[in-house]
Amino acid sequence: MKLCARDLDVGYRDRLVLSQVAFELEPGEILAVLGPNGVGKTTLLRTLNAMLPARGGAVLVEDADILQMSARQIAQTMGYVPQRSEAGRLTAFDAILLGRVPHLHFAVRQEDLRVVDAAIRRLGLEELALRNLDRMSGGELQKVCIARALVQEPSVLLLDEPTSSLDLKNQMEILNLVREVAQGHGVGVVMTMHDLSAALRFANRFLFLKKGRVLSVCDREGLSSEVIGEVYGVPVCIEWIRGCPVVIPEN
Amino acid sequence: MHFGEGRIPEAYLAHVGRKRLIVCLSCVILAVLFVASVSLGPVNVPPLDVLAAFLGKAASPRDQIIVLSIRLPQSLAAALSGMALSAAGAAMQSILRNPLGSPFTLGISHAAAFGAAFSVIILGSGLMTSSQEGAVTILNPYLTTGMAFAFCLVAALIVVGVSRLRGASPEVMVLTGVALGALFTAGTMFLQYFADDRQLAAMVFWTFGDVARAKWNTLAFMAVVSLPVIGFFYLNRLNLNAIDAGDETARGLGVRVERLRLVGMLLASLLTATVVAFLGVIGFVGLVCPHLARWAVGDDHRFLLPLSCILGAVLLVASDTAARLVIAPSVLPVSVLTAFLGAPTFIALLLGRRKK
Repeated sequence: MKLCARDLDVGYRDRLVLSQVAFELEPGEILAVLGPNGVGKTTLLRTLNAMLPARGGAVLVEDADILQMSARQIAQTMGYVPQRSEAGRLTAFDAILLGRVPHLHFAVRQEDLRVVDAAIRRLGLEELALRNLDRMSGGELQKVCIARALVQEPSVLLLDEPTSSLDLKNQMEILNLVREVAQGHGVGVVMTMHDLSAALRFANRFLFLKKGRVLSVCDREGLSSEVIGEVYGVPVCIEWIRGCPVVIPEN
Repeated sequence: MHFGEGRIPEAYLAHVGRKRLIVCLSCVILAVLFVASVSLGPVNVPPLDVLAAFLGKAASPRDQIIVLSIRLPQSLAAALSGMALSAAGAAMQSILRNPLGSPFTLGISHAAAFGAAFSVIILGSGLMTSSQEGAVTILNPYLTTGMAFAFCLVAALIVVGVSRLRGASPEVMVLTGVALGALFTAGTMFLQYFADDRQLAAMVFWTFGDVARAKWNTLAFMAVVSLPVIGFFYLNRLNLNAIDAGDETARGLGVRVERLRLVGMLLASLLTATVVAFLGVIGFVGLVCPHLARWAVGDDHRFLLPLSCILGAVLLVASDTAARLVIAPSVLPVSVLTAFLGAPTFIALLLGRRKK
């Protein structure tokens, strides 16, 4: 499904955090939201799934206004993985099963167990399925959270810093998985990132935020070191290594 | 996106089966304990006669009266109030995302005690009369419990109201509860200071939790209020699991977190109010039993809620039976026994967790 943000104004109390943010996301695309700390990246994700209603503008999923949808309908359409998730004494299987909540009426069905099992095998989590979350590493926990969002069977996936605090191997595993989900299942992905090089390597499109406004929305070809330098306030150059853009701060 | 068909893993079914077995076993324990509780007392009725009396075929009219009119309502009240307090505790711990969440953290019981004191001293419902056995009775139990109930709801509404104004964060709710508890305790002391001896005795007597106060009509009222509320929590078992995973995650799963938090708090307070108003202050059940259940089946509310309820009933039925036997023919207040049994269990659980 196509996701469209139309001139979003978002704020907390008397402070406007985002102003006139607009972009479109086609199915299968990965959009990386980039910008310095506190620029409103997480706020944008929270607005996209109506956790934080926009003051102006609209979020449209296939031309349907998200504010007209119920919380349940939104959860059936969008999977959201926040930056932090609590790790209680719930097994990975049961934690992933929660992703079926938007599709359930009263009780867990056999079909739901099958979907969870498919997701677990898809992500290679078989060994961890019956381990409690509080006994997992950061990378394992993040995979469980992504699996939970995937069993929602969403059309759009919103990921808030999916690779922060993960080691290189886990970063690659998770970003490869995101790419497969996007390309293989036509899921549109919006993810916020701090690691510019990883973002440039895995996303197809990039949205740069500065002071709550969109400075640039571009694809890989449209990347410019001027824009990145302006967003982060640090002069950078972009080197292409083996076909992947790498951002290097100039000093 | 759609996932291909998976299998239903055997290991998971076995894992769920184990938890189900624990719940079933605790049901059996409760059933045995329940019959024992009705059977034991100043006059012992053999367990088979108890079962016969349940079916209306008691060996003697005396047994029939002891079982159906005295012991059965008392044991049912113990089981029901144990379930209600424990369910309220389990729900509050999850809703507040705070392991200290229990009916008492929110000052609900303090409010009830204040309500009873207010009724005894200001409204005059507490002139004591000595009955033939030398026990004390409160002249107007309906007014006393009614006032306790009213103040419980006042406390619950203040907690919910403050959290509405300041955002329903766990900290705000617990801190409001602590403040309310202190306020109502001070209020009770203020009233007690101006009470005469008989009023003071009536108040203290009311504060002792005692399931023997329940008659069939109060029991019916308690059941009508608490069973649907427990049902509500059970219907929301997966939503409570989602809240455990964090507010943001739960919202992303379509759970209306704020609404569930407010409605859940109000209903958990109602559960507590019902028990405390009719039976007095019974401590520790709402804190210990959910933790005991967590220790046995983990944090999955599909099993945690039923097991908490059953363990709450087990603790209270056992305490009530022991209270009748320890210094027979006198009867100890059941709240003393729940604390005697509950506090060491809780400390043992904490130490056990530290070791892991």
